[in-house]
Amino acid sequence: MASKTVTKDIITLRGSAAIVSEFFGYAANSILYNRGVYPEESFVKVKKYGLPMLLTEDEGVKSFITNLTAQLSEWLEAGKLQRIVLVIMSKSTGEVLERWNFSIETDNEVVEKGESREKSDKEIMREIQAIMRQIASSITYLPCLDEPCVFDVLAYTNTDVEVPFTWTESDPKLIANPQMVKLHSFDTKIHKVDTLVSYKNDEWDEQ
Amino acid sequence: MESRHPLRRRNQENFDRFIPCRSAMDFGYAITMVTMKNSERNRKENSSEYSVLYRQKLAQAADLPSRILAFRNKPLKPIQSPSSPQPKPSKPPRHIPQTSERKLHAPDILDDFCLNLLDWGCSNVLSIALENDVYLWNASNKSTAELVSVDEEDGPVTSVSWCPDGSRLAIGLDSSLVQVWDTIANKQLTTLKSGHRAGVSSLAWNNSHILTTGGMNGKIVNNDVRVRSHINSYRGHTDEVCGLKWSLDGKKLASGGSDNVVHIWDRSAVSSSSRTTRWLHKFEEHTAAVKALAWCPFQSDLLASGGGEGDQCIKLWNMRTGARLDSVDTGSEVCALLWNKNERELLSSHGLTKNQITLWKYPSMVKMAELNGHTSRVLYMTQSPDGCTVATAAADETLRFWNVFGTPKATPKTNHEPFANFNRILIFITVAFSSRKGPLILSSKAIVGAASWYCAIHIMLSTNSDKCDGPFIVKNNPHIHDPDDVFPGLVINPIH
Repeated sequence: MASKTVTKDIITLRGSAAIVSEFFGYAANSILYNRGVYPEESFVKVKKYGLPMLLTEDEGVKSFITNLTAQLSEWLEAGKLQRIVLVIMSKSTGEVLERWNFSIETDNEVVEKGESREKSDKEIMREIQAIMRQIASSITYLPCLDEPCVFDVLAYTNTDVEVPFTWTESDPKLIANPQMVKLHSFDTKIHKVDTLVSYKNDEWDEQ
Repeated sequence: MESRHPLRRRNQENFDRFIPCRSAMDFGYAITMVTMKNSERNRKENSSEYSVLYRQKLAQAADLPSRILAFRNKPLKPIQSPSSPQPKPSKPPRHIPQTSERKLHAPDILDDFCLNLLDWGCSNVLSIALENDVYLWNASNKSTAELVSVDEEDGPVTSVSWCPDGSRLAIGLDSSLVQVWDTIANKQLTTLKSGHRAGVSSLAWNNSHILTTGGMNGKIVNNDVRVRSHINSYRGHTDEVCGLKWSLDGKKLASGGSDNVVHIWDRSAVSSSSRTTRWLHKFEEHTAAVKALAWCPFQSDLLASGGGEGDQCIKLWNMRTGARLDSVDTGSEVCALLWNKNERELLSSHGLTKNQITLWKYPSMVKMAELNGHTSRVLYMTQSPDGCTVATAAADETLRFWNVFGTPKATPKTNHEPFANFNRILIFITVAFSSRKGPLILSSKAIVGAASWYCAIHIMLSTNSDKCDGPFIVKNNPHIHDPDDVFPGLVINPIH
């Protein structure tokens, strides 16, 4: 193949899994900040993906997300993760208000044969940047979450996966009659991540 | 081999009926796909993507039934301020009176898009400039007084702005001078040479001693009124600076000009080498002069800007990333913008053809109300310190008051009179801070009457912060909802 002007970097399965799980960590933090699940002051600004990203300082949430992303990374390397869903529920009623769905398509050839792919790191970062920007601007159309909320993360995996004792089976926590918005996706050539947010219809906006 | 057709295996066990196996079915995916089909019609441009996605998902689902797993150690619930976390009952939409509550005569008011001739101070006194004269209207006792009539050679008056302390008024003149008046003693305190060599079209106070002036030559200058000196200037605009607003925390300045550009300046980014400072953001999306600028009180880092005759759009910007969040075509030139402090709403005033004031719900930007009354473009708009009433002035020589913002949450809804919602409550707050010089006990007492308590605390903290040379940030956190909280959403953070 003739060498192209755009430099491409070699992406391994492990590298791709790291990119995706790291992305999820930052995306989850961004969603928690922008949707107001945790107070603004509990977040600290860092630079990532060429944007000012916010990370939580809350110890409980930090350790939750760290353990989560470690496990996701493992599943991604095994090619067993199908999607990750971040669910935002009302604290008092437990009703699901928002569902952030990140579906993952894995290139099985890479998992089975241990190959690697080529794609420019900058390109991936640009795609992730676009998604992060969309998450931040999602406040313009998502209904305000006026009540205190909690969040949870669900992982859709293959049935043959070994479930570590820290994870349990769960119901999908769906929303009845949701409104859905599809956001951008990014592709590391090994894993392709699509983002979709579904939310409960706000009756006030309907009028 | 076996894993590829799990369903067939099960069929062999159940001879004549297909009993679905719940754990093998991906309900989440199935329902999502079914409902996604219905909303597909609204997004024509993504339809091919959806069908591809759908086919891929089908293929995936057929091969790999999935398990849904949730992490066991759930994170701690978010810590809320001490209040009962009950969901708020949905409020019925409030009644917005369609006509102005009061109308005053404003003869000789100038019809110039770039000027800022109306301002309402936190001592509940409204100031309006009519050509060479500045009048004060006391909203508490409804009395009018003339403050000053400037000389013909200096005038006309091009902008007025109240100092956050509520008693001083800055008046910008066409001759590029700025006068600062003490309205209680009724005497002029100082005259600043703004250095613009052109009229001063906009004014904005950062705190009680820093006054920022925007000139018709495009320059923006920060002045210290105590020593009558220039602190620094911002160069960037190439035409008149019609709109000038400091953010609520006093750190960022938004300026809009007749060159169709909105600049954001950072107060702390003063370069040591030169006296001029480079902008933080430059927004060039508007296609007409931008005079309407408003910082959101309930969401930090959100700015709304409105474009004039050739643009007619309201655009919302995120200050942290510099991204435009939303753009709404209003169909008429946007002369002024105001945020509602009580609800999540935005008010815009317009010109031809209806000269209306429009109330938008945020963030959906759905039109909630349209108020008519003015017969020429509503150039000047300001709101009362208690956040209930809006005053507008236009070249049809009227000053109108609208009860459009509703009543604030803390006060009981008794009547619709705009200024009768007095809270005769004495609130004592003792706040302890420690500065580098040792512990400093700050006690602020707010007497709520004609003055707005919010303003009073803000001023108290600013003046005290000046004394101990450490500014406090007084900001809003919209996510704290505590009906018992004296200052709902007000967060005070000392800077170390």
